[in-house]
Amino acid sequence: MTSTETRTMSLTLRIWRQRDATKKGKMVTYHVTDVSPDMSFLEMLDVLNEKLILDGDDPVAFDHDCREGICGSCGLMINGIAHGPEQATVCQLHMRSFSDGDVLDIEPWRSGGFPVVKDLAVDRSAFDRIISAGGFISVPTGTAPDAHAVPVPKKDSDAAFDAATCIGCGACVAACPNGSAMLFTAAKVAHLGLLPQGQPERDARVLKMVGQQDAEDFGGCSNIGECSAVCPKGISMETISRLNHDLLGALRAGAVPTS
Amino acid sequence: MSPVATVTTQPGQRKAPKTGRFNNSVVKKTVMAVSGIIMILYLIAHMIGNLKAFQGAEKFNSYSGWIRTIGEPALPAQTTLWIIRLVLLAAVVLHFWAAISLWRQARRARPVPYATKKRVQQSFASRTVRWGGLILALFIIWHILDLTLGAVNPEGHDSTPYERLVASFSNIPVTAFYVVSMLLLGLHLRHGIFAATQTLGQTNKKRERAVNGLAYVIATVLTVGFLLVPLSVAFGLID
Repeated sequence: MTSTETRTMSLTLRIWRQRDATKKGKMVTYHVTDVSPDMSFLEMLDVLNEKLILDGDDPVAFDHDCREGICGSCGLMINGIAHGPEQATVCQLHMRSFSDGDVLDIEPWRSGGFPVVKDLAVDRSAFDRIISAGGFISVPTGTAPDAHAVPVPKKDSDAAFDAATCIGCGACVAACPNGSAMLFTAAKVAHLGLLPQGQPERDARVLKMVGQQDAEDFGGCSNIGECSAVCPKGISMETISRLNHDLLGALRAGAVPTS
Repeated sequence: MSPVATVTTQPGQRKAPKTGRFNNSVVKKTVMAVSGIIMILYLIAHMIGNLKAFQGAEKFNSYSGWIRTIGEPALPAQTTLWIIRLVLLAAVVLHFWAAISLWRQARRARPVPYATKKRVQQSFASRTVRWGGLILALFIIWHILDLTLGAVNPEGHDSTPYERLVASFSNIPVTAFYVVSMLLLGLHLRHGIFAATQTLGQTNKKRERAVNGLAYVIATVLTVGFLLVPLSVAFGLID
């Protein structure tokens, strides 16, 4: 065995514990030992939870699903940075990014739009409501159309794909000093607005989605850029400029905000 | 018994989207951007006017007089001046309204603060834009009382603009307040110009460097331009 395989870490974790949305929460200190640098951050929390269960304590609740960086379920504030020190989801963050003896503050996403369900798990259904306000296109179902029936310029398809990589994890909201969900909303608006299939509903979409983001207790964007810096998919601030452009264009074209 | 608890939650209540044009956060930001651009255009003209102090009292005072007579005799005296003043007043009020409204929305958006929160990439300019703006608003009030109305100026209001200028900046604390305000203005513009361009949907990855460069250049030129005259008075180059 090489030395790297045998070296393990001991960590002090200060974790937000909150029984449910109605109770007050607080930071509670835990110690974990024998943490392998090759563990993912979530596996490290699994180790902690197994220990808590054996001790008869309530395990720490946190969201997770695919654990391969594509579902957007996991998301924690680790030492004040959304998803921790690497620009990736928490499941793709490995313990080798930390050092033996580190003290880690682990908190849920803090947002008026994301009420805490329990401990580190938050209710992100506000994102679903932003999507259902306009993040879709209307197409007749049935026989699949020919793949290249509608030509899309390469430049547009690339930009649309870049925006479409958003997994809706909520890190943008968590990191934003204004608690704004504008990067998420903009990624969806840009993704559909760049493609020919998204054109018929383009004006209505941007007005409805921004109206919903404002109603869900998210803040307004002040172009600080923290969102893009922590986005595990690297969605750029350019998408927000696109959203602004679309919204002003929609108002100029005479579209009215409706529900 | 396993201590593992399952938590079931009701999906959040669907909230009615905001449908009014002026409670849309992007519209508020646009109001902020456009009113900001109006104020920047005014600042450029204001700075050029200030620099006439280097041409002596007569040129400076006659420039000040000219502003009051633009458009004469077709227009009554001071018409243009009052149009400028009213447009500026509207810009300040709208800028302030948008800022306060978005500030309140941001406060609602994070009811529980983080125990630990780090900055990953935000600039000092973007972080200070709100409090800096409030200090600038106080500065503007004092500045009008001092140099426009002469109410807090040692020379009083029955004096020439040049006399008020020299009297004001011969006082070191006044000059220091002015210098601090102009540095805040520089920071405000550095973030504001980028933000306005972004809000109006005019930035993209390719233009980002150019827009940031433009923000730095305009912010620096205006800050230095506004600092030249008071510092020259304070150091005795203008008297």
